[in-house]
Amino acid sequence: MMIEQGAYVRIRRTVLQPQDRSSNLPEDTTLVPYKMWVKGYLQEESDLFDIVTIKTITGRTETGRLKESNPAYKHNYGDFVIEELRLKDIILGDFYE
Amino acid sequence: MSNLYDTLMARKNEIIKASVGLDYSLYEFEGIGFDYEKLMQDQGYSLEMIKEIQQDNMVGNTPLVELKNITKYARKYSKPGYGARIFLKDEAANLSGSFKARRAALAVHQAKKLGYKGVIAATSGNYGAAVAALAAKAGLRCIIVQESFDSNNVSQPEILEKARKCEAFGAEVIQMSVGPELFYTFLSLLDETKYFNASLYSPYGIRGIETLGHEIADEIKSLTGKFPEAVVVTNAGGGNLTGTARGLKDAGAIDTKIIAASVNLYGLHMASDHDFNRKSFTTGHTGFGIPFTTYPDRSDVPRSAARPLRYMDQYVTVNQGTVFFMTETLALLEGMERGPAGNTSLAAAFSLAQEMKQDEIIVVQETEYTGAGKHLLPQLSFAKKNGVTLEFGNPELEVPGKTIIFPENGSFVTHKTIPLDSLRKTYLKRYQDFKLSDKDYVFLAEELQLTIEQVKTYF
Repeated sequence: MMIEQGAYVRIRRTVLQPQDRSSNLPEDTTLVPYKMWVKGYLQEESDLFDIVTIKTITGRTETGRLKESNPAYKHNYGDFVIEELRLKDIILGDFYE
Repeated sequence: MSNLYDTLMARKNEIIKASVGLDYSLYEFEGIGFDYEKLMQDQGYSLEMIKEIQQDNMVGNTPLVELKNITKYARKYSKPGYGARIFLKDEAANLSGSFKARRAALAVHQAKKLGYKGVIAATSGNYGAAVAALAAKAGLRCIIVQESFDSNNVSQPEILEKARKCEAFGAEVIQMSVGPELFYTFLSLLDETKYFNASLYSPYGIRGIETLGHEIADEIKSLTGKFPEAVVVTNAGGGNLTGTARGLKDAGAIDTKIIAASVNLYGLHMASDHDFNRKSFTTGHTGFGIPFTTYPDRSDVPRSAARPLRYMDQYVTVNQGTVFFMTETLALLEGMERGPAGNTSLAAAFSLAQEMKQDEIIVVQETEYTGAGKHLLPQLSFAKKNGVTLEFGNPELEVPGKTIIFPENGSFVTHKTIPLDSLRKTYLKRYQDFKLSDKDYVFLAEELQLTIEQVKTYF
């Protein structure tokens, strides 16, 4: 899927490979690369997962793998949590009893 | 280590010096110490100037509210005659929604004064939003570097919300995977952009909170005729505690007990890719609180202005389930939807108040804004998805990363005290092989609120 020049996109870049990481890490973290995600305007028409260049909102240039165009905020209030209703019952019952 | 990494790290001092506009070497003593008070006083800001800068920026003078229902609730579980009055400083009313605006106001003002074009801060927390909002008002560019994702590209909902908020104020947000190499990215950005390092640990980052201590002292005194007996501070990097305590003392409240409170996350490793998404608090926890208390200079400036053991009278922990319970209580009994992380000190105060007499006063010195992602519902839902079990019972049995245990009723809202002596001993371990001079001992005594003789016996 081609994404046009000037689109607002999100890229990912590997900053340090596992072998280049800090020596002072717990074992699970030493096994994975150190990565960066950043958003900006795409400098050339590209395909998803191409290595691309972007210009960020402060005017910096960054290079990385194209992961997403028009990145939206998707965080929300989560799934229904039944335990929260029980918390309400406990607190109100405890206070007003 | 790659050459790239080593080359940049070797230039650390030069980059930091250029980015803070402050020569820390002027304050160094021979040996291990430095002139802390001179560092704090030398930067050209009086308390009056700080108040003025904050007022101009919609920061400070937040409402002080008496939590009458929560006080009544705590008294239900107190001995007769016990259960102190609980007050709360509603810091969510600051520009950007937390007390962090007090710190950012001064840092951004200094950046502008020195002619920097932009500011950078390394933070996944409310400080990012504060720096971004204040930078927006000052017409400066802003970059926030966050530790956001684990290796499966999963982020804490709370951190995603803070990224959104920073971007709302026009900041560039750079999100990193788990690891202390964030400092490497931070340094390379400072080097590339020549922006100001809006460190949480600079003198500006700490002196900005002194106004909070002053407001608490003055407002409680004018309402009740006396200074509060205790102030509880959520503790992570130590800055909130240091600045608040300095403000209280400066206002004359020298006998007010300063109590640090952190969420108990013992057993979770802060640099572990696996553990990262198994905690429900990204700040205000022991994973920051303990290391920064016992070694303040681990921060992103050569000498941290946050030195909590100089001011702390007690350090307590509460559990994750307890803080969620009190977050719900604040909404249900006082009509205030805040936190959750900022309610760590509220949870501690509920329990601590029960050890104090009814005519005594305990102040919870902050709240923070809440919203999608940054709220107990998404955080609990996220915990469940990561295999954490939610239970009811005694929160003291909670195992961070495995369970969250909510109090079965108000009597299970308790705190645990970490002995200050054990923290002091950990602090001193670093110097056990040093040949210390008399001046070094004076410095250590000031750092740890001990006499020189006591420091010697601790070794």
